[in-house]
Amino acid sequence: MAESKNLTAQDALGQEAQARMLKRERRANNVWNKLKRNKTGMIGLVIIVVMILIALFASVISPYDPNEIHPLDAFMKPFSPGHFFGTDQFGRDLLSRIFYGARISLVVAVGGTVVGGVIGVLLGLIAGYMGGIVDAVIMRIMDGFLAFPFVLLSIILMTVLGEGLINVIIAIGIGNVPSFARVVRGEVHIVKNEEYCNACRVIGVSNARLLFGHILPNAISPIIVYATLNIAGAIISEAALSFLGLGIPAPTASWGSILREGKSSLTKAPFVATISGIFILITVLGFNLFGDGIRDVLDPKMKQ
Amino acid sequence: MLKTILRRILQSIPTLLIVITITFVLTRMIPGNPARTILGPQASAEDIAEMEIKLGLNKSKVEQYADYMMGILHGDFGTSYVYNRPVTGLIAERIPKTLIITLTSLAIAVAAGIGIGVLSALKQYSILDYIFMVLALIGVSMPIFWLGLMLVNLFSVQLGWLPALGMGSMKKGIGDVISHMVLPCFCLATIPTATFARITRSSMLEVIHNDSIKALRARGIKESSVIWKHAFKNALPPIVTVLGLQLASAFTGAILTESIFSWPGMGTMIVSAIDNRDYMLIQGTVLFIAVVFVIVNLLVDVVYMLINPRVSYEAKGGN
Repeated sequence: MAESKNLTAQDALGQEAQARMLKRERRANNVWNKLKRNKTGMIGLVIIVVMILIALFASVISPYDPNEIHPLDAFMKPFSPGHFFGTDQFGRDLLSRIFYGARISLVVAVGGTVVGGVIGVLLGLIAGYMGGIVDAVIMRIMDGFLAFPFVLLSIILMTVLGEGLINVIIAIGIGNVPSFARVVRGEVHIVKNEEYCNACRVIGVSNARLLFGHILPNAISPIIVYATLNIAGAIISEAALSFLGLGIPAPTASWGSILREGKSSLTKAPFVATISGIFILITVLGFNLFGDGIRDVLDPKMKQ
Repeated sequence: MLKTILRRILQSIPTLLIVITITFVLTRMIPGNPARTILGPQASAEDIAEMEIKLGLNKSKVEQYADYMMGILHGDFGTSYVYNRPVTGLIAERIPKTLIITLTSLAIAVAAGIGIGVLSALKQYSILDYIFMVLALIGVSMPIFWLGLMLVNLFSVQLGWLPALGMGSMKKGIGDVISHMVLPCFCLATIPTATFARITRSSMLEVIHNDSIKALRARGIKESSVIWKHAFKNALPPIVTVLGLQLASAFTGAILTESIFSWPGMGTMIVSAIDNRDYMLIQGTVLFIAVVFVIVNLLVDVVYMLINPRVSYEAKGGN
């Protein structure tokens, strides 16, 4: 009698220990905790957070209005009193322009990725799920778009749409649609034949619910990974378009438009181009590091 | 094998038709009247109307599209409004200049990238490996137009070692042209070198830990032969895929690089064609680049099938 009581107490202890272990394991395998152990991914995340904070609080931390012109103070060198990064050809404070430029560059990059992502994911879901002729038509059109070098497609779209913030987002977004569609279509092809999807069909779940409630959530990891890495590319695309004079119109500061101004004053004030480019490089690096990090966490199969 | 290759070729025909259609639609949507652009702002309404008839712009969009399609089938890409010359001639004139920098830089990138990648893989986790991989990561994150400006600033403006603009002239000897090529080629080679280094490293790492490679070593086969003849050969397929992608995107890089260094190739031509609203020239160049893109992808797929017989395209379901 006493023995059996002892045993149940031991069992209870064992179960408790097991539960604790499971809990610890679950916590360790939680996406955030896994990411915390990924050093390079965390470096990327820190860079991204800093850049987002700069963009959010640009109006608070900037010492000057980014478009305020002081012709007498043109081309002041970095570390001049009052102008940490110096001034450009119109005497505008470069530090303030970089801070405000972070806003435009990040909004365009994230916006372009969201536009491309939403349309691309929808097309990819439809193509992958329907298959047959619908799949063939959608994917051949996507192939057609993919045949254009990205910058070339954006250049033509910008000439069609005209300058401006929204148009840059649309141009970069359209350029991103085909690759999102491809990624999603491939995932749907794998997911849609899994057992649970067949089970859903048997019990009469509607197509829309199956697609958005079951297939999409199970295909989301590669989409998140691709989107993060894509933001890095979109930052460069915005800069490239503004650099060619097709992006954000003057005097609005974006990292690309500052770089364009830096090009024309390269001999007199090389620091304008240098500093804006360094911000682009660091931010792109941040998104690349973070993207690689969450790829390793979310999708170990894709690990290179 | 032949059947799959043939099917892959047939598959690219609809893609090409779609590319032609997209180019046509997009160029017609560019605002501004080319007849007015050619004649200038002072032109009278009659002159403009006459010019529109001459250019075929008075026809319906469907007729213009049909004309354009028929032209392409006959190898006629139209006539540039600005240069008043056939587009094919202009492309033929510019393409060697673009090819010379894209191919040179790709050759540098392949050699340097593969070398770095193999070395990094062999010395995994060494200091050398870390330095190379950090550099490669910076390389793939680099905005190349910025790199171009920095190179111009350092080597032309500050040090005065190399010319920054143009192509030089053969009349001054080959050295003049080569010195003009150094900066654009270095700039264009950066991203591909970094990409090749990363993919080669990861692909080599996967292969060299295989039992087959250990077995070769155990049999006392020369190390260099183990690495290059066996390991590298097996690591090749992903590298070839990346080579194809880089070859195609080299044209994108060329557009930006050429506009920084005023290199007189396709890139500067297309940027000025867009400024001038030269419809036919934009259409022709874009189409040409896109067609090259499709053909390069096709070739890469074929080469991939040849070097990697395990790939069965039937099993992949049509794509």
